Amino acid sequence: MLEIRNLHAAIDGKEILKGINLKVNKGEIHAIMGPNGSGKSTLAKVLAGHPQYEVTAGEILYEGRNLLEMPPDERAREGLFMAFQYPIEVPGVSNAQFLRLAYNEKRKHLGEEELDPLEFKDLLKQRAKVVEMEASLMTRSVNEGFSGGEKKRNEILQMAVLQPKLAILDETDSGLDIDALRVVASGVNQLLTPDNAIIVVTHYQRLLNYIVPDFVHVLSDGRIAREGGKELALELEAKGYDWIKTPDQNGKGAGAPAN
Amino acid sequence: MVTELVKSENSYQTAFRTLRDLSPTAPWLELVRGSAMDRFEQLGFPSVREEDWKYTNLAPLEKESFVPAISGGELAVADVSRFAFRETTGAHLVVVNGFLREDLSVTTALDSVVAIDLFSAAADARYNKIVRKYLARNASYHNNGVTALNTAFLQSGVFVWIPKDVKPATPLQITYLVDAEYSASFPRLLVVAEDNSSATLIENFASISDGRYFTNAIAEIVVKDGAQLEHYRLQRESNRAFHMSRTSAELWRASRYYTTSINVGGLLSRHDVSVVMDYEGAETSVDGLYMVGSDQHSDTHSVIDHKQPHCTSHQLYKGIIDGNGRAVFNGKIFVREGAQKTDAIQTNKNLLLSERARVDTKPQLEIYADDVKCAHGAAVGQIDQEELFYLETRGIGPELGRSLLTYGFAEEVIEKIKIESIRSQLDETALRQLHTDLEA
Repeated sequence: MLEIRNLHAAIDGKEILKGINLKVNKGEIHAIMGPNGSGKSTLAKVLAGHPQYEVTAGEILYEGRNLLEMPPDERAREGLFMAFQYPIEVPGVSNAQFLRLAYNEKRKHLGEEELDPLEFKDLLKQRAKVVEMEASLMTRSVNEGFSGGEKKRNEILQMAVLQPKLAILDETDSGLDIDALRVVASGVNQLLTPDNAIIVVTHYQRLLNYIVPDFVHVLSDGRIAREGGKELALELEAKGYDWIKTPDQNGKGAGAPAN
Repeated sequence: MVTELVKSENSYQTAFRTLRDLSPTAPWLELVRGSAMDRFEQLGFPSVREEDWKYTNLAPLEKESFVPAISGGELAVADVSRFAFRETTGAHLVVVNGFLREDLSVTTALDSVVAIDLFSAAADARYNKIVRKYLARNASYHNNGVTALNTAFLQSGVFVWIPKDVKPATPLQITYLVDAEYSASFPRLLVVAEDNSSATLIENFASISDGRYFTNAIAEIVVKDGAQLEHYRLQRESNRAFHMSRTSAELWRASRYYTTSINVGGLLSRHDVSVVMDYEGAETSVDGLYMVGSDQHSDTHSVIDHKQPHCTSHQLYKGIIDGNGRAVFNGKIFVREGAQKTDAIQTNKNLLLSERARVDTKPQLEIYADDVKCAHGAAVGQIDQEELFYLETRGIGPELGRSLLTYGFAEEVIEKIKIESIRSQLDETALRQLHTDLEA
């Protein structure tokens, strides 16, 4: 579904990603971990198409297409989704209006019929259950005045409505208390199917207790320093990031100590 | 020599000479009109040399030879009924070319509110005392040529009197139309809301064509002790029209005046709004939205005067300026000596949609009391790129995203309007480029 080859990316001329290789197949859950500044969020934003990040080398194939040639909105309509670490507030536009517009834009793109407000209301009611979202949050402006937990839940609600093929969760656990974390994780798990895939970007292991990854990739200084299964996350939790050293030129975690 | 003199006389002076014969009136009003015309002749139209007109040049208006309208035109019921909002059924007055057209108006749901021709009211024994007391009191013509011109040409207009304790269920709507190309019209409104009354008023400046004409409108409003008035003002004139208008309100003890002005139309438009609080405990909100497109110029000048303690004023004005459009916002708040416990907030926010769009904003607070809560601020910005990106990551393309964010920007003001069908009409205007409906 997604193949990243030797990806280099920079912001304001400063290189952040220095050769990422990653392959994600449908049905898989991948965790991207790493210390602050290792490039985790940059990777997420490059995948979503944030205009401030410049890809300086490498390529990304999404369902066989060159992802980097697609503008962000087309990526979204083609089934790519990023849950923001800091969801943006959109004053004056209600959550329900926003969701219906986004949903219908995708339907139009896929040549399907748009839903009218009533039909959409029903759909929204169903999908909102996934994240135990209160109805009052639907009529309020998008994310405006939402608590940190409500914003994160709202991201997962958008994911539930748009049903992406590939979802990237950028630090979705940050700022969440344990109850909110459980709700968000359970929402994500309910949306998992054999046909979609998830990339969980996180600093801590705790979210991975709830969203259990098939693969864990540890970033350090813009490269993947170490890769493994879910047990790698536990190991990181126990030992911290210090024992991950900068990898060799192959981008593989050759520097890790043998256990 | 004689020819020379006639030539130098402008169209207003010519028309004014025949006014006395066309619409004779009580001696006191004749005097008011006469001295207003004298003032206009002395002052002329304001010039950019005056501080209050620095950014709004009336030379294009002055150059035109608009002819003062002498009648309420020829529109029929079928032409005007579409302007009535659903919520004002039975309480819709229609003013054409500045003249109240009773035959086009519907007044079956007025309750005991009086809504009649202002010029007739001035000569009506039941109302002439009130009219005489309040007319030209808050909209003084002594230092403003535009106001003087409107006052000089007073020959119809609307008088609204809301008796004590009366709380009409139906909002009163006044629609102003112009059906004469190259005409000047002078709508005039006087509203007196007696003690403890409560009413909603909608002024709707609409257009039936994209004609070139000049509207010079004044509304004077008196809200007496404990009374409440909600006042919505929609300015959607032809994009080739000149629109000069003034809203002047005085608030009495513990009264409430909430007004929202929407300015969309006009080639060159100006709205002067003033609220004077010379009694304790009055409360006002003076909000507005201007949407200015290419070639348009829209100016709002606001004065809120706290003269007594314990009064509250909240003001939010927002502007959306596109193309080479130009907007001006000037908001003064005075807190006079002794006006303790004043609570005054003023905010002006502008969204520029193009590189060539321009706004001059100047919020001003002048405080002469020491125990007050006052704040003001102004902002000028563009579409936020992070917001736009957020929408894009949800599949909403940049063009649609920009429209959506623009709509969202306007919504903060639009949602203050409590009349649903006005809101939905304005949403449509704000969403014109959205090519979708947002109902949800």
